[in-house]
Parts: sequence; C-alpha cells; structure tokens
Amino acid sequence: MREIIKTGKTVEEAINAGLIELGISRDMVDIEVIDEGSKGFLGLLGKQAIVKIIVKDVVKENVKKFLDGIIKLIGIDVEYDIDEKDNSILVNLKGNEVGLLIGYRGETLDSLQYLTSLVANKKNIEGIHKRILLDAENYRAKREKILINLANKIAKKVKQENRSITLEPMNANERRIIHLALQDDPDIETFSEGEEPNRRVTISLK
Amino acid sequence: MGELVKFIAKSLVDNPDAVQINEIEGEQSIIIELKVAPEDMGKVIGKQGRIAKAIRTVVKAAATKEKKRVVVEII
Repeated sequence: MREIIKTGKTVEEAINAGLIELGISRDMVDIEVIDEGSKGFLGLLGKQAIVKIIVKDVVKENVKKFLDGIIKLIGIDVEYDIDEKDNSILVNLKGNEVGLLIGYRGETLDSLQYLTSLVANKKNIEGIHKRILLDAENYRAKREKILINLANKIAKKVKQENRSITLEPMNANERRIIHLALQDDPDIETFSEGEEPNRRVTISLK
Repeated sequence: MGELVKFIAKSLVDNPDAVQINEIEGEQSIIIELKVAPEDMGKVIGKQGRIAKAIRTVVKAAATKEKKRVVVEII
C-alpha cells in the first residue's frame, strides 16, 4: 500500500498538497493526522501540521461498493468476507440466501464474478489488473471435488466398456477441471467439442 | 428490478449520467430497456455479448425472488 507524509500550515493544506502530489481525489485516500500543528503567536513559534495520506486499495474498494449495491438492490440476506492474496481479491459470500447468487451450476456466480472484475478494474490508477475470485459457501471447492470424482468414474467406465463417453455441457473452468483431472492417465485422452454454451468434454481411450 | 440494471450499467460505463432505464411491466413479465451513451455500448454488451449475458443472468436471478420473468433489452 502506498502512503506519503505531508506537512503544511494547517491539516487541510497538508492534505491538499498530498492529494496534488498523488494526483488523486480525497475519496481515494485515508487520512491520519500525526500533528495538528498550531498557529503560534504572530507567526512565531508556529508548528506545522503533519498528516499521513494512505492511498486506499481502489480495486478492493470498488469490489465492495459494487457487491454492496448488488446485494442491497436484490434485497437478499447475504454477507461476505473479502481477502487479498498476491494479485487476487478473494470474496466469499455467505448467508441463507446465497444459493440465489450461485444459480444453476454456478452460472449466476460466474456472471457476478465477471461483472465485479470489470467494474473493479475499470478505473485502476495503479494499473495492475487484479483477478477477482467470487465464491459462495465454498461452492467452487465442492464443485471441483464433484467434477474430479466424476472424471475418474467416467474414465474407469471408458476403460471397462472400451468406448468414448461425452459429458454434459460445461463452462470453460469446469471443462478445465476435467482435463486436468485426467491429464496424467496414460490410457485416457480428453478433448472438448461443440460451441459455447454447449461445449462438452469427451473422455476416450488413447 | 430497473434500479438493479441501472446500478450495474452505471458501474460499467464511462458516462454514468447518460444511463437511462425504462421499465415496462406486464402481468407476468417486466421488460427493462437500457440506454447508454453510444460510446459506452461496448461496455454493456461486450465481445459476443458476454457482458450483456452476465447482466441478464444476474437480473434473472434477482427476478426469481419476485417470481416474474425479466427481459433486459439494450437499445
């Protein structure tokens, strides 16, 4: 996180000087007053005001603002944790009505994640694109486990019955999980066919 | 529901003041017409309509609470 220390005749002046130096607006920073300064007597013995200006994490603030708005306007009982790791912002939605935000096969969660990512990275002064990962009650981890199990089960069946099997349509991320789950199986190959949103993975013998 | 579309659109575009919403409410469905500045059209449609699709999906989910069918039209 970026921060600078500024001095000025008054707190206000110090803040303004800092904002001009950083080239950003007041709502993008947090201010910590280190010394309020004093006027002194007839300009003598006056003390300068000192402030610390901390640049807010704009992307994270944008994510919060957007999700808060969505949750409020849909009118559901959902809360979330927000965390930052490397260049990713991880959001975990929770609450009784979180299922509504997951949707069929995570369709709504994916859409919301995509929109959040666009909004959050829109006006990014630091110029670093951050990955936004939205999860809800660990839906993604659970789904991944289910898909890996499915991949292994179908691969076994393919070997036993000596025929190819095509799975139902999945999105890119889910197909990736299937491919990765079976990439080390020496007897099996996987490939995707068809057009989105009906693209399917086929599991067959090499 | 119109407010939700408006909020999402305003968050995406460069000219939020130009975002306009018109709600046409029927018995079983609501049509929400979304209008943005011409230069912002790409910001609410996206490549191959990907953004428009995401907006519709989120709005559709919100609409299940009201048990109404919602159609979002970008005009």
